Amino acid sequence: MTQDSDIQPRTRIAGQALFVIAALAGTVLLLSQITRQTVWVEGAGFAAQPRFWPAVALVVMTGGFGLHLWRMRRRRPSRADRTEVLRWAAPLEYVVWFMGFVFAVPLVGFLPMAVAFAVALTWRLGYRDRAMLILAAVFAVAVVVLFKGLLGVRIPGAALYELLPAGPRGFFLQYL
Amino acid sequence: MDLLLSGFEVLARWDVLVALLVGSIGGVAIGAIPGVGPAVAIAILLPATFSLDPIVGLTVLLGIYGSSMYGGAIPAILINTPGTAVNALSTYDGFPMTLRGEGRRALSLAYSASFFGGVFSVVCLILLSPLLAKVAPLFGSREVFLAALLGIVLVVVAHKGQMLIAGALAGFGILLGTVGLEPVKYTRRYTFEQTWLASGFDLIVVVLGLFALSQALLLLTMDDEKIRTPKSRGSLFQGFRELARHPRVVTISAGFGVLMGMIPGVGEFTAQFLSYTSARKLSKTPEAFGHGSSEGLIASEAANNAVPAAAMIPLLALGIPGEALTAMMLSVFYVHNVVPGPGLFAFQMDFIVALYLALLILNVLVLVFLLVSTGWLIWLTKIPNRFLGMCILLLSFVGVYSIRNSAVDCAMAAVFGLIGYILKRLNLPIVPIVLGMVLGGIMEVKLRAAMNRVHTPWDFIDRPIAFVLFAAILIILGSTVWRVWREWVPVDRRSPARRSSERFAKRLAGRHTRHFDDRLKLQRRTRTYDHMGS
Repeated sequence: MTQDSDIQPRTRIAGQALFVIAALAGTVLLLSQITRQTVWVEGAGFAAQPRFWPAVALVVMTGGFGLHLWRMRRRRPSRADRTEVLRWAAPLEYVVWFMGFVFAVPLVGFLPMAVAFAVALTWRLGYRDRAMLILAAVFAVAVVVLFKGLLGVRIPGAALYELLPAGPRGFFLQYL
Repeated sequence: MDLLLSGFEVLARWDVLVALLVGSIGGVAIGAIPGVGPAVAIAILLPATFSLDPIVGLTVLLGIYGSSMYGGAIPAILINTPGTAVNALSTYDGFPMTLRGEGRRALSLAYSASFFGGVFSVVCLILLSPLLAKVAPLFGSREVFLAALLGIVLVVVAHKGQMLIAGALAGFGILLGTVGLEPVKYTRRYTFEQTWLASGFDLIVVVLGLFALSQALLLLTMDDEKIRTPKSRGSLFQGFRELARHPRVVTISAGFGVLMGMIPGVGEFTAQFLSYTSARKLSKTPEAFGHGSSEGLIASEAANNAVPAAAMIPLLALGIPGEALTAMMLSVFYVHNVVPGPGLFAFQMDFIVALYLALLILNVLVLVFLLVSTGWLIWLTKIPNRFLGMCILLLSFVGVYSIRNSAVDCAMAAVFGLIGYILKRLNLPIVPIVLGMVLGGIMEVKLRAAMNRVHTPWDFIDRPIAFVLFAAILIILGSTVWRVWREWVPVDRRSPARRSSERFAKRLAGRHTRHFDDRLKLQRRTRTYDHMGS
């Protein structure tokens, strides 16, 4: 290591122009809405104005993104940028998995959904051997037991648990 | 002495001891897995600690924070992949040692240097406590405002080469903190008439999205790597003997860690860099740095492990977090109605001493655990990336959903996860967003309180600490502007083909080109004068 630049992160060039342009456009749009989305209170001091801090934040953002764009070597989006933007869309599939899991838990229950989610996603990711699928199921059970059973985090019981007989129902609603 | 005893009393509970054990072992394991890191783990565990006692919850989180860097050294040294971001410098000297078959020696050096750094910083913290207890009450609203502003300025300036975008992202964080109902006049800010935006963005949701979910998405879209650990010889205890031969390097490095940890917004990277460069300057064999130098490894590991305890100083004394991890811990304080700041030192000193002691015990626990379980921890580095992504995605659900069982929170976290994913892909910093969100809220409240007593601008800085902080902000801004001015290079927007063809043409023409250039300039100047009619 010879320079401090060796430990500095290097900003990726591909996609940067599109990101900065989009961020700057969003910031300018928000700044244009400041009079509608914030209030100026008559008689209140400058620092006590509800509009003051959003204005400071937006001005800093506009300045930062704007000057960064101005200092960029290449500002016109190219094919590399478009390829990178397509890569940004790749995780959308897993966001759908995540949100599907979120909506299913109150209906099916945390334990069954966690096991199903872990095993199905492991399968989808290409780990098809039995050992990995069992490992995924064990991990899901461990998460449920640790967080809901032992640490008592607030995840409500599922509608499906109501169908269980009276004995296990309480246990399932409370711990699983 | 009484304070020490009362501190031990606070700790002498089975749940605190279990928390210490879980935090230290969990932190080492998390650090040893490349791609997880303490920020992800703390973000996920944060909501779970809300139901625990403040000392128990904070001990778990502190355990993870303080011990993850110990664990992060294992993959950094053995497979050239830092377990946590701050172990990146350890790869420079650790991995070449592994290639020479000295992996166990390198690990031993890293453990001993980390242990020294960790204990050194806790001792400094204990020694500084009386001073902090005296200074902290001198911080009024304007001093806290200026300290928070200094934190923002430093976090932006610390991102050398990315300062503009770091500033913009800090602004984004401040904006996120303002969305929703404003606390004094109860007016809405940027809610767009949406009820789900009225309560604003929850810090934990944002943090979970930016750190945990984004990391899960990144790992899920990655390829798996085949990891092979080379054979190594030596004892895990030999590093302690070797460390004793470099007292100056390890003490200076730990000192840098403490100093940089105390300053909000600076943190491990600057501490490591300063300690590494100073160790190289002091070394008799500077040429060995970067090629398996034991001094280089000691410098980087001692510095980064000295930071966590020191980073607690601005948090505990002023209520100002200096980095993302302490910002997350701040929310644990708030949930339990414990307000960090001058009052904590005045009225709950036993709590503070208990935290120091917990950190001290933690370092011992971690060291013992590492010495007996390094062989087992190496297996953790082999977990496939995408499988790890699945695990983090499931854990992130627990973190977000358990806050208030809201699908909207989960959707918000997913959006922030995507933003974090893009920022990570572009190598842009995430920490300024979190610090902007936390420090922006503090600045708004404190500035409003301070302005009630300020009639002229001079009133704002007429107290010594306020003046010193203001001067520090001006000096930092001034020196940054000066540095940027001196290093200013006009942006070269020529295409690579054009640039290389011009270079080639110059090389062909040799020295005549320069002469030709000069003549061209002269002609241009003359032409300009002609045009102006001179």
